[in-house]
Amino acid sequence: MVNEVTIRIGGESGEGTISGGDILALASARWGYHVYTFRTFPAEILGGPCMFQVRISDQPVKSMGDYADVLICLNKEAYDRNIGELRHGGVLIYDPSDFTPETGDCITYAIPFNEIARKEVQLFQTKNMVMLGAISGLFGPPSEAILQVVQSKLSKSRKANTTLMEKNVLALEIAKNYVQQKLSKHDPYVLGAVEKTDRLVLNGNQAVVAGALAARCRFFAGYPITPASDIMEGLAKELPQVGGTFLQAEDEMAALAAVLGASYGGVRSMTATSGPGFSLMTELIGLSSMAELPAVIVDAQRAGPSTGMPTKMEQSDLSFALHAGHGDTPRMIIAPANVADCYNLMIQAFNMAERYQMPVLFLTDQSLTARVESVDHSAFKPAELQERVQYQPEQSNGASENGKVPVGAGVGEAVSSFARYAYTASGISPITTPGPGATAYVATGLEHDEHGHPDYEPEDHTAMMEKRFRKLDTAAEELPKPERYGDENATVGIIGWGSTEGTIQEAIDRALTKGYKVASLHLKILSPLPDRTIRDFIHSVQKVIVPECNYSGQLANLLGAKYGLQAMRVNKFGGIPFTAGEILRAIEEVS
Amino acid sequence: MTQTVINPTPKDYKSEVKPTWCPGCGDFGVLNATYRGLAGMKLAPDQTVVVSGIGCSSRFPHFMKTFGFHSVHGRALPVAQGLKMARPDLTVVAVGGDGDMFSIGAGHLIHAALRNIDITVIVMDNEIYGLTKGQTSPTSPHGHVTKSTPYGLMASQFNPIATALSLNVSFVARGYSAKPKELAALIEKGIQHKGFSFIHALSPCPTFYHTFDAWDAAVTPIPAEHSTNDRASAVTLAMETEKQFIGLFYQEERPTMDQAAQQLVQQSKPFDLEQYMKRYA
Repeated sequence: MVNEVTIRIGGESGEGTISGGDILALASARWGYHVYTFRTFPAEILGGPCMFQVRISDQPVKSMGDYADVLICLNKEAYDRNIGELRHGGVLIYDPSDFTPETGDCITYAIPFNEIARKEVQLFQTKNMVMLGAISGLFGPPSEAILQVVQSKLSKSRKANTTLMEKNVLALEIAKNYVQQKLSKHDPYVLGAVEKTDRLVLNGNQAVVAGALAARCRFFAGYPITPASDIMEGLAKELPQVGGTFLQAEDEMAALAAVLGASYGGVRSMTATSGPGFSLMTELIGLSSMAELPAVIVDAQRAGPSTGMPTKMEQSDLSFALHAGHGDTPRMIIAPANVADCYNLMIQAFNMAERYQMPVLFLTDQSLTARVESVDHSAFKPAELQERVQYQPEQSNGASENGKVPVGAGVGEAVSSFARYAYTASGISPITTPGPGATAYVATGLEHDEHGHPDYEPEDHTAMMEKRFRKLDTAAEELPKPERYGDENATVGIIGWGSTEGTIQEAIDRALTKGYKVASLHLKILSPLPDRTIRDFIHSVQKVIVPECNYSGQLANLLGAKYGLQAMRVNKFGGIPFTAGEILRAIEEVS
Repeated sequence: MTQTVINPTPKDYKSEVKPTWCPGCGDFGVLNATYRGLAGMKLAPDQTVVVSGIGCSSRFPHFMKTFGFHSVHGRALPVAQGLKMARPDLTVVAVGGDGDMFSIGAGHLIHAALRNIDITVIVMDNEIYGLTKGQTSPTSPHGHVTKSTPYGLMASQFNPIATALSLNVSFVARGYSAKPKELAALIEKGIQHKGFSFIHALSPCPTFYHTFDAWDAAVTPIPAEHSTNDRASAVTLAMETEKQFIGLFYQEERPTMDQAAQQLVQQSKPFDLEQYMKRYA
């Protein structure tokens, strides 16, 4: 018996495929298992083929799994689309009233989902509960774990009523009894009882929202776009509860403009978008960099170019993120690798924006936005916040008091003495925030002198450009460095970025057991790059693989340009993430 | 060194940066009216932010002693609205030209009107693009010959006041740079108004489109009998082509988005991570 199973459910959107999968993942996690989900979204608003895959294990899960161990097809189309993803000797579950599968080498269980739901439960909407009952009876988790999740979901639903809950219980029990009495189980997959631990179950976008709140983000402006809208919707609900404000902007230019306005007001602010919206924001990214105003911009990457495939993943905005905007524009880029990172690196992103006074681009991607992981509770620690370096005037500016009109602050010599864009060794110039007693300045996208006054003198532009870029050097020294994973004496190295980390690490784990000498370096901060760490890593191995979910090899291009690296490029760009098996094959190929 | 001025004069709002405008530019009149309006209201420069986009008139914040944000072309309104939403305690004034507000940033007007966030926008309209040296603007008259319309403008002329009224902007006024006292009074009223205030300031360009004489002749005070809560008659005044009425066309008090957001915030509590994450346990 194996305490691990990867279950894929294929069906029609709207018939409970996704919600059934969600319940399964959650129930398994509550039952004490590690889970990791992968799902597709149909192009249609209502209906359309979709699938949900969950890998459930008593060991930490790093990737979605190479193949499904169990495939449940709720209709013929789901079978046609997904049968290729079922492992040899895996379990196929179907309803014989829908179709008859070709006989292959898989184990088949025929279960009359439709009939049970329609005739025995007498409520067709319970079909997904029938399916869950069958899963529970065959593999686990126990029906109590599932019912707990259903109950808590229903308690939040407007459709909730006792009849519906009773029907759900009935569906679950009938299906469970059916498989236990009528089927003879002859597969190895059983999720036995495991010790319960303190884990949280959430997806990438939910972790981004939590991270933003913990990072004391108190203003969000954005425009709806797949797959970033959940972040906007989450913050629209949560920000007022913690004293923040929210604005649905008329477009992405307005969104980032509003964020910069709020940031000018001293409030930690962010927006979230995807490729098309990110493209519209580029001029404002330049303004953020030039006026040295902190901003966090989440780009939930999806397959491009243009409108591309809004519901499919790709890691193809790295080159754009590195260069978006005209002129030489310092910016920072940070990319989460997993759900815990979505929380922790969000905090890091705000700290970077505030400390270095520049735009921070947070590159998540579609697969990570929707990926549900069970994460140790301890991964979500309260944020340690870094603040803007504030200008300290030598004397009080005479803050306003009731009844006295304070045209004091910011008047006279105080203005000319305040060098908002002062040349400093770190490049970081102290800032002020409008409010009683604060010294005024003008933030501007024009080239300016230390006081923020427009200035086109060649030597001043040169010095100001150097000052702005100096902040990246300072940051490169101060920011955490990526850690090496795998064999200390590796001959093969893998350099990756973004949501592929777990998959790469799983491939390395498997390669190591096969005797390959391999290690990886996963870059989480892509601007500024940790030059020394990367050079040391490249020099420590003989060959470097750079796996990326994009066509052009955007990280490989960057590493080639910066370090002369001739990497073995492994590119996948169909809209689906790597499997560990695919990375493993690349390791075997170069070794 | 700081000094506390109890009774500020317009000079107290003037920065040491010299305006880049051409001699005789209407924007000087608007700038002076703004100094005067702010002084009249005794606004604290440390709690006032002047936001602009790009264009001749958008250099404005550099000439003020208040806080300022000189942003990018067309985006003064969203910058100002984001700032006001996040910091409702500040006085926020957006300034810009006809290109900024009626062309590249025109889309933002609609939403500023709908949200009614408590900011004031002063649009300096010279019916021409000055900074780029003389191309047509949305407010240029039909048939106007400019560098970019050598055969005459083939589009119609944009009507800022009628548009603002049609968008149901809650404060709509027009002033003239050559009448800074009246303009200053409108700016004061606009800032005092709770909601989105739209002030159309006729501000001629001496270099690329000389409209001084035409506007001197056309500018007429809004008739005293006009009721500022009568939107239909305000539209009639705005549609007048021979005369350019100045004064307050329309004013209506209605809820502002920044105040509505503050109402929500009143019940807020500090973020409690442990409590928040329970939903995922």
